[in-house]
Amino acid sequence: MSRAKLLFLQVMVAVVVLVFWHVFSTVPLGTGSDGKPYFLLPQFFFSTPLKVIERVFLMFWEGTVYKHLMITLTEAVLAFVIGATAGVLIGFWFARKPLVAAVFDPYVKMMNALPRVVLAPIFALWFGLGIWSKVWLGVTLVFFIVFFNVYQGVREVSPVVLSNARMLGMNERQLLRHVYWPAALSWVFSSLHTSVGFAVVGAVVGEYLGSSAGLGYLIHQAEGVFDVTGVFAGMVILMIFVMVIDFCVTLIEKPLLVWRPTETRTVQ
Amino acid sequence: MTHPIDGAAVPAVQLNGVSVAYGLTGGGRYEAVQPVDVQVADGEFVAVLGPTGCGKSTLLNIAAGLMPPSSGESLIFGQRLQGLNTQAGYLFQQDALMPWKTARDNVAIGLEVRGTGRREALAATDRILARVGLASFGDRYPHQLSGGQKKRVALAQVLVREPKILLMDEPFGPLDAQTRLIMSELLLDLWQADRKAVMFVTHDLDEAIALSDRVLVMSAGPRASIIGDFPIPLARPRDIAEVRSEPEFHRLHAAIWNTLRDEVRKTYGLSISAKEARA
Repeated sequence: MSRAKLLFLQVMVAVVVLVFWHVFSTVPLGTGSDGKPYFLLPQFFFSTPLKVIERVFLMFWEGTVYKHLMITLTEAVLAFVIGATAGVLIGFWFARKPLVAAVFDPYVKMMNALPRVVLAPIFALWFGLGIWSKVWLGVTLVFFIVFFNVYQGVREVSPVVLSNARMLGMNERQLLRHVYWPAALSWVFSSLHTSVGFAVVGAVVGEYLGSSAGLGYLIHQAEGVFDVTGVFAGMVILMIFVMVIDFCVTLIEKPLLVWRPTETRTVQ
Repeated sequence: MTHPIDGAAVPAVQLNGVSVAYGLTGGGRYEAVQPVDVQVADGEFVAVLGPTGCGKSTLLNIAAGLMPPSSGESLIFGQRLQGLNTQAGYLFQQDALMPWKTARDNVAIGLEVRGTGRREALAATDRILARVGLASFGDRYPHQLSGGQKKRVALAQVLVREPKILLMDEPFGPLDAQTRLIMSELLLDLWQADRKAVMFVTHDLDEAIALSDRVLVMSAGPRASIIGDFPIPLARPRDIAEVRSEPEFHRLHAAIWNTLRDEVRKTYGLSISAKEARA
């Protein structure tokens, strides 16, 4: 399928959904039993797309949203950096020391089985309502993804590649640098989209459950006063925010994964 | 340079009474290889021929120091081998290139890890890549190369370190017939230039005769042993394609196949009596 046609169809999906939303929230389908007009999507619960777009535009125009965006971004970046660093280091350590891995295995599984949302209140208690309770919530999410990927990556280095590297005269340190490290990194990068996404989730969920700033806070505030337009506006901004971050991740990983096999396309 | 038939010289590889046994899960032992003696003189090209699964690659791994023998010892130029064999280069059957490094970096790393400067290592790399016919492919990653090209890079990777011994584990096994022929030619050309000791494991009889000075035939496992030692008196340098049409080649082929045939049959569970019945 051509690119233009695909883009057209993709845009059409959005248009259909928005038109559906607009029509059923503004055009009454008839009169209800109480004599009032009946809407399939009452504005009190669903707002209207135009109002939401207007609110998003206003939030950017008046500049109220930037402070919250920066807070959420800071939290997500910190969560990602701390979680990924810890995941890489401990993943490496466990993979190279099977005894350590065996001893901690049940605890790692227990920690990972815990739904992280329940940690949010206790983190708020420990780290306060500022950014750090959200950062640590994000860390608990990011850490496990990176950790498991590095652990897997280091352990699943091809034994032939490893033997070959040994025969080429590599000592343990050189093996780490030229074989284990790149193998593990490739796994980390392949999970980059997921782990970055989870860093944002940690930040927003943390804010939602108790904070004084951030996108999660904005949405929670709007909900508290039945400002449905505000809720939808917050969600739209969050979506844009995540998509921009995801795009940045794609830009970063492209040059780092050139060695990976990709589908080859014939050119005419 | 030591001549292969120079009896006084120390052999490059000497396996003395080397046997291999594996512990089975749930107890018991699997005796893979009975005590065998193998000698490869300096500058000699020895092919180890045997049916699939007879333990010939295992012998190679022992000579490389990648695994210890259950009994016996390996001597490398008269020195008892402990740990990895640092004098040997090993060409693996499977893909062994680091996929995250370009062809050039894959080759250069073997020099860099022993302290050669980057510039010097790359210069040597480019020379060797040119010799294996990949001068313009240095910047490709392994996944961008064909099977034959990858094998050439692997060969360059081994040769750039100028090992005194070459250990090869069915290196051309996964390649198609034409590429194998080309690779065999290339290998012989490179070997002819500075004769190293080569231990070449294969299950291909034609390949073994065409390349080597001596063919060792292994029996089928378990308790595999060496059941034949055939010198190959074909003149060198050889032309891989032409040597196959010489009468001497056919005589050798018949003689070795006679020894090998029953062993191959055994691995497929065919009875030896089939041959006897026909004879």
